[in-house]
Amino acid sequence: MARLNSKAEAQIVSIIERYKDEKTPLMMILSDIQKEYGYIPLEVQELVSDKTGIPVAEIYGVVTFYSFFSLQPKGKYVIGCCLGTACYVKGAQQVIDKFSEILGIKAGETTKDGLFTLDALRCLGACGIAPAVSINGKVYPKVSVDQVQGIINELKGGAN
Amino acid sequence: MSKVNIKIEGIPYEVDAGLTILEACKQCGYDIPTLCTFNHGECNQGSCRVCLVEATGARGLVASCVYPINEGMEITISSPKAVAARRASVELILSNHNRNCQECDKNEYCELLDVARRVGARDNKFDGAKSPVTVDQLTPTIVRDTSKCVLCGRCVERCKSAHGIGVLGFENRGFNAMVAPAENRPFIKSPCIMCGQCINVCPTGALMEKSEIAKVDEAMAAGKYVIAQTAPAVRAALGESFGMPVGTPVTGKMVAALRRLGYKKVFDTDFAADLTIMEEGTEFLSRFKNKEALKKEGKYPLITSCSPAWIKFCEHNFPEQLGHLSSCKSPQQMFGAVCKTYYAEKLGMDPKDIVVVSIMPCTAKKFEKGRPNQAAAGVPDIDYALTTRELAKLIKRAGILFNDLEPSTFDAPLGIFTGAGLIFGVTGGVMEAALRTVYEIVVGKEAPSLDFVDVRGTQGIKEASYDLNGVKVKVAVASGLANARKIMDDIKAGKSDYDFIEIMSCPGGCVNGGGQPIKTAYERNNFDIKAIRAASIYAQDKNLEMRKSHVNPAVQTLYKEYFGEPNSHKAHEILHTKYVKRDLH
Repeated sequence: MARLNSKAEAQIVSIIERYKDEKTPLMMILSDIQKEYGYIPLEVQELVSDKTGIPVAEIYGVVTFYSFFSLQPKGKYVIGCCLGTACYVKGAQQVIDKFSEILGIKAGETTKDGLFTLDALRCLGACGIAPAVSINGKVYPKVSVDQVQGIINELKGGAN
Repeated sequence: MSKVNIKIEGIPYEVDAGLTILEACKQCGYDIPTLCTFNHGECNQGSCRVCLVEATGARGLVASCVYPINEGMEITISSPKAVAARRASVELILSNHNRNCQECDKNEYCELLDVARRVGARDNKFDGAKSPVTVDQLTPTIVRDTSKCVLCGRCVERCKSAHGIGVLGFENRGFNAMVAPAENRPFIKSPCIMCGQCINVCPTGALMEKSEIAKVDEAMAAGKYVIAQTAPAVRAALGESFGMPVGTPVTGKMVAALRRLGYKKVFDTDFAADLTIMEEGTEFLSRFKNKEALKKEGKYPLITSCSPAWIKFCEHNFPEQLGHLSSCKSPQQMFGAVCKTYYAEKLGMDPKDIVVVSIMPCTAKKFEKGRPNQAAAGVPDIDYALTTRELAKLIKRAGILFNDLEPSTFDAPLGIFTGAGLIFGVTGGVMEAALRTVYEIVVGKEAPSLDFVDVRGTQGIKEASYDLNGVKVKVAVASGLANARKIMDDIKAGKSDYDFIEIMSCPGGCVNGGGQPIKTAYERNNFDIKAIRAASIYAQDKNLEMRKSHVNPAVQTLYKEYFGEPNSHKAHEILHTKYVKRDLH
């Protein structure tokens, strides 16, 4: 098992202890870890397994089932392109393809500089403004292929 | 228990309240086809969707295995809609299934094939893309082939409920979902203990033992001196592969079949079990004398070491407590060691020219033979380990009419055994065998009864105390490693007051081992297979003249001619082994 450094281990253990009285604490533990660290690598899952007694295969199953959890660190900007039915018929596939082309990554991947993660989402519930793109919680309405470069530039500007 | 009134196909029935539709229908004489439901709720995921029926009050069709009945419910199994839905469910499973049934090792007992027949599934009804496939055959023991997996979850639940391990889990989602160790790693990189319980519960060929038949064929073809040994639990189950009722004793036919298969000698692991008792009993008595000091060193109580899956479990989960384990090799390994040292000398043969094939109810034995410190003569003690299933396959391949065979008897000297060696195949058996001998050594006369009934039975943990000339000995017996974990946790916490503990990995002991004939979910749900096979072993023991290991004349001769006495230096070199610490992840 790859070992976490002692500081990281102590932080994870303190998260686990928040839920020590819960009957089914796994989702809450993983949710906190995801929120605080942005991803849940296997060594962390193994630590959660050791402390909770839940088999690591089961934890891994939960992490890989819910798209909210991630095994890899996410970028500074998480670009979520909605590919729900309404967005799809309004051209969302072309939008995500354009992001993919400019950033040089596929959906689910992160750019090497750690700046962008591209995610394909199911319905955001914003069908009225399709195609919708959600970036770190901010929703961009009626995104067209032509706007994609501008959005990326804007984010890059913000990053500098 | 309160009752409710339901109707099935329009006919009224009164059944127990609180049942699922599937269970209620069973009470009324209906067996609805299902794949995922297993062992009285051990697995109840409602995942396979094969058991769909119509029920009033429900929206659409319901999975009868998880849907509860209620007063006045009307259930329809045979409506055109329900019949078509069950067929479609199975056809959908088949559409993502590797349908090379003729070469599948599970084809004789495949439950998917069975439900497909029952619902009238057609082939290629929904042809399309297939899920990505992983075939893991890196361990010497278990092969996992996801192209056969129906995602029922029975193996996942089995690993958790029997052992509290949970090596397997569901991972990923939708089309990419699979049952695998974390990260889809091979078993060899997981804390899998190789017990094979997952194989026994898998309804298809997704989990199967790694066959060594081809290697045995090679040895036979090369004209090697091939010797067979058969573990005690095999004779209580092999007949099931030939249509006999569960637990039919087939010792004589099994020996006869092995002779026809070309083995030069047919010996019995029971002999080595008797030898194990001499070594382990002596080890116990020497630790018992020194118990207070050894407790502090973490070497007391003594725990048996016959079950290789238990040993691996202990190495992964309790690496600091390996001192409790008896240093004795398992009977399989002791047999091989004696065969390639003492017996090779007797034959005047080079141990390299002897090939020892074990017939085992166990898959972990395939792993055990490759462990370090299991090569007394400089060559592996055991060359090949076949499961009961593999032996049945060989017998069928050879065209031997098993049921018609004239019984034969084991060869001497390594086929001479006592009832004590025989009961090693059942949970509590090693303890009982040890007690029969230890009692007599300590007290100086035979125990008032050779039936130590307190350590018999299929409960997960049994305990008993015995008075040996005023000295109290407290023993415990556990099977299923979830139970072993409780015992180990108590030892770790200093709360254990046992002197001697027997642990077998598989629930019920070797009779329920991972290499035994596959029983369908229906058989497992309706019969206590392990109890029936155990009764068969105890009945055979009862009728034997020799029932104590130390009276085995072949064992006595072996000590006289070769080892001197139990736990002698030579015995330690040949019959004992060491354990290794393993990581949990």
